[in-house]
Amino acid sequence: MSEALRVERLHKAFGGLPATNDVNLVVQAGERRLIIGPNGAGKTTLFNQIAGDLRPDSGSIRVFGEDVTRLPTHRRAQLGLARTFQIITLFNRDTLEHNLVLSLLGLRRERWNPFASLGRDRTMRAEARRVLAQVGLEELADRRIAEISYGERRRVEIAMAIAQKPRLLLLDEPLAGLSREERMTVRRLIAGIPREVTLIMIEHDMDTALELAENMTVLHYGRVIVEGTRAEVVADPRTREVYLGE
Amino acid sequence: MSPVRPAVWVVLAAVAASIPAWAGEFYVNLASQMMIAAIFAASLNLLVGYGGLTSLGHASFLGGSAYLLAWLFLREGAPHALAAPAAIVGATLLAAVFGWIALRATGLGFLMLSLALSQVLWGLAYRWVAVTDGDNGLRGLTRPAPFGLSLENSAAFYWFALLVMVVALIAMARFVSSPFGAALRGSRDQPRRMAALGFDVWMIRWLTFVYAGFWGGVAGVVFVYYHKYIHPTSLSLQTSAEALLAVIAGGAGTVAGPIVGAVIVVFLKNYVSAYVVRWNMLLGFVFLFIVLVVPEGLVPGLRRLAGAVVRGRSRPAPAGSQEAGR
Repeated sequence: MSEALRVERLHKAFGGLPATNDVNLVVQAGERRLIIGPNGAGKTTLFNQIAGDLRPDSGSIRVFGEDVTRLPTHRRAQLGLARTFQIITLFNRDTLEHNLVLSLLGLRRERWNPFASLGRDRTMRAEARRVLAQVGLEELADRRIAEISYGERRRVEIAMAIAQKPRLLLLDEPLAGLSREERMTVRRLIAGIPREVTLIMIEHDMDTALELAENMTVLHYGRVIVEGTRAEVVADPRTREVYLGE
Repeated sequence: MSPVRPAVWVVLAAVAASIPAWAGEFYVNLASQMMIAAIFAASLNLLVGYGGLTSLGHASFLGGSAYLLAWLFLREGAPHALAAPAAIVGATLLAAVFGWIALRATGLGFLMLSLALSQVLWGLAYRWVAVTDGDNGLRGLTRPAPFGLSLENSAAFYWFALLVMVVALIAMARFVSSPFGAALRGSRDQPRRMAALGFDVWMIRWLTFVYAGFWGGVAGVVFVYYHKYIHPTSLSLQTSAEALLAVIAGGAGTVAGPIVGAVIVVFLKNYVSAYVVRWNMLLGFVFLFIVLVVPEGLVPGLRRLAGAVVRGRSRPAPAGSQEAGR
């Protein structure tokens, strides 16, 4: 089995306060990894460094064997890395369909074409609708993001990522702020992501998260304190101390 | 988009083409100036409206290309066929350099950098007397005669300016509705998401800056042929600010907005100023009105107000109101 992600000795500090402190993380291709930790543990900061939005102070990041530590975000996306945002980041003035079209366009050469008419590209729009159907939002394709509910926006977040058929997918709290029924929907959605996609997920909803993940990493004050299979991590007293025991 | 819009544009173009047939020379010249301002404002709109990059230095490309053309023609003896394309290429290269510097920042930083760079050029035009003749400006330019058609009379020049404007507006409208245009608007609204989707946001902005500089340069060529004269004022903050006002007043991020804005600005500046000494104050009041009543700009604002009126009237049958509101 090959490695999807290898993070080595990663450091990142904000004004002297370490947010990522000597983090080592190896995720195998096809693995489902859950990252947990209390608020402020550095989970999203770690994601931002893997995705490229933040430059680490030191250390290295490899994606499918390629050193991406110095690559800008958009180049990492071209390598097959996709992510969702904890704070929903969509194009609010545009329709759901157009949001998905942008996602598809991101990995195509046509994104540089200043002459063609995007509106006439039927095949891309049809594909956008197919992806929306996968997350059950087909009927809302012509609505603007601003007009749909929070739970539906969460699903669009995931649709934006899976539309790109990524090899490595980072999900940052995909269930945050959802009702019980919406959680069920999104849970099924994540469970339906093809097995070959490597999944790394930050999530606070332990019931759902534990069901989806095989391996877990616990972060605390920017450090990895426990790592292993689901059963190992849950049984570990340090996990209970920092997280579950609250 | 509703099918009415192309028809509206055709009617507008027909009316515009007929102006020299029924309007006096003064008005024909006024209309030529409006069209030059419209090309210029539309090119700035690519940055401001579609890119979310508010520039206060766009005069660099109009003035730069105008100065380059006048200098090549008057001092180097270059023919029009060489001077005009060279001026546009020069403005485009200038935009490549200025964009590379100014796009180190976005928002206010970008605004200040674009302003500073254009002020450098303005200072050069004033002080580099050996090349620019300083405050006297460069005079003595003639208009070209493409395919043997002289542009010296005002009607001929008007049609020339109209042709350039129509080509420019179509090219820019196509640009913003292309996949690249969608990437540009996306980079304006959610740059972080765009990067995560694989778009090179910086490159998208820089290419747009260069393209806007190209059309700014085209506006400069028509501008200098109209006036047959170029003065440092054309590189000044006032020139940049007037274009920005035209974009914002007409409606940033719309195709028709900068045209409407440019018409208003040129009308107030070149027509009303003959009757009202304090025309600058009037300009202020007009923009105050726009900001208070239609803050999104005249074109989208009036569309919204018209929609509200139509909806109000057809209240008994709300089903059809949405269609009519378009």
